[in-house]
Amino acid sequence: MFRLRSADGNVIELEPEHGESVMDTAVRAGVDGIVGECGGSASCGTCHVFVPEEHLARLDPPEFAEEQTLGYTAVPRTDASRLACQVPAADVDGAVLDLPERQY
Amino acid sequence: MPQTASTGAVELDLDPFSDETIHEREHFDTTVRETAPVVWLSRYGVWATGRHAEGEQVVTDWQSFTNTAGTGLLDTRKKENWRAPSPVLDADPPDHTKYRSVIASVLSPVMVRTLQEHFEERAAQMVDELVERREFDAAQDLAQAYPLAVVPEIVGMSPEGRENLLPYSELNFQAMGPRNERYRRAAERAQAAVDYAATAVLRENLDPDGIGMRIYAAADEGTVTEQEAALLVRTFVGAGVDTTMYSMGLTLHALMTNPDQWALLQSEPGRARNAYEEALRWATPGPLLGRTTATEVELGGVTLGAGQKVLVCVNAANHDPRRWEDPDRFDITRRANGHLTFGKGVHACVGQMLARAEVTAVLSAFVRRVKSVELVGEPVKLDSNWLRGWEHLPVRVTPH
Repeated sequence: MFRLRSADGNVIELEPEHGESVMDTAVRAGVDGIVGECGGSASCGTCHVFVPEEHLARLDPPEFAEEQTLGYTAVPRTDASRLACQVPAADVDGAVLDLPERQY
Repeated sequence: MPQTASTGAVELDLDPFSDETIHEREHFDTTVRETAPVVWLSRYGVWATGRHAEGEQVVTDWQSFTNTAGTGLLDTRKKENWRAPSPVLDADPPDHTKYRSVIASVLSPVMVRTLQEHFEERAAQMVDELVERREFDAAQDLAQAYPLAVVPEIVGMSPEGRENLLPYSELNFQAMGPRNERYRRAAERAQAAVDYAATAVLRENLDPDGIGMRIYAAADEGTVTEQEAALLVRTFVGAGVDTTMYSMGLTLHALMTNPDQWALLQSEPGRARNAYEEALRWATPGPLLGRTTATEVELGGVTLGAGQKVLVCVNAANHDPRRWEDPDRFDITRRANGHLTFGKGVHACVGQMLARAEVTAVLSAFVRRVKSVELVGEPVKLDSNWLRGWEHLPVRVTPH
């Protein structure tokens, strides 16, 4: 289980299926703040999320494609930024991830 | 001699490349999808899946389902192909990573955003001219004409010889299927075009300000060789024109034949981008994607042997009722992302943001200028082993 908090403070709790990414779970649940236009190939930058520090430290660092795409997100990246399609939902169990104001 | 399926697998004697299937996919797609998660197509000795979950597994798990034997029906390692392998299409990580990043950086969302204005201007010009005429061929004069004009422009290719682009990419896609009559005809038509494609993408023939030269910049930095840069530009031009133009025609046709959705888009033109997304799902321009098992691997409860071809029936998966609610309904308000039209994962279409930008620009221009559109003649379907689309869509429009 993890939670997503929209820019205006609404929190939604999501239950991932086995092996899903945070983007997969959010798209399946129809969460508005995650688009996932490219379907999970780290190439559109529309599933931008902010991951709390303690969970961020546990994640594998971004690969090249994600690193590249994080440079193009609609809301500029911070140190907490990741693409939800590259974050296994199991690795952020219990976390509250923040969504940017917009993804385009 | 086709290989045989492993025991317990369901065999089907269906032909994905028969005239019947090419011109009306529904029977093939539904049978493959609803018979079993994975089936053996005995005529070609290949596996096929028409389900979303299994299809997604195949295109995502590149370690088990490799691209290195080509992404078509035939194993290009066993049979000499008509063209040299593409360093990005016909490869997997780690080799693939470097080439993909070179293309990804020139087709990044930021780059595409800088092209948006140009796309919108060209779309407005083209649509204005057509609306003046009232009657035109929405397939030839708009859906095909637009990418054929703007893609070479942004790549920086010379206008000379551009008539060769279409025969070249047609051969590219016919060759993904069997060596049948469609392939042979395309090969004949494309003789001159193959030479054209090889030289048109060379550094000396490109405009210094285009996207093509940005790929050569990677050669200057030593990331890729000069020859690889040429192959990457060739791949981009070969993969980015037909696919976009047929998807645009399919989108226009979907809107024409679903008047409630056309009316909705009329009242809310901001839905153009999602209308395209839904059309990509509902009428998939590339109904098949090929992979090859790298090792013995399990898929949908069946054990596939090593070195066997697997066809993902993308259109079938995009209509899988296990994944989509009311899948056969064309609904531009639907959340359509997650369709497999562009693939997924490391091999997902690298030009997909460009395709979205082009088609959204045209669709927005069209819906803002055209109040109503009707077919005034029999539409003609494309006859291709690997792509689906409209060759002719004779229409009459009424402007606002």
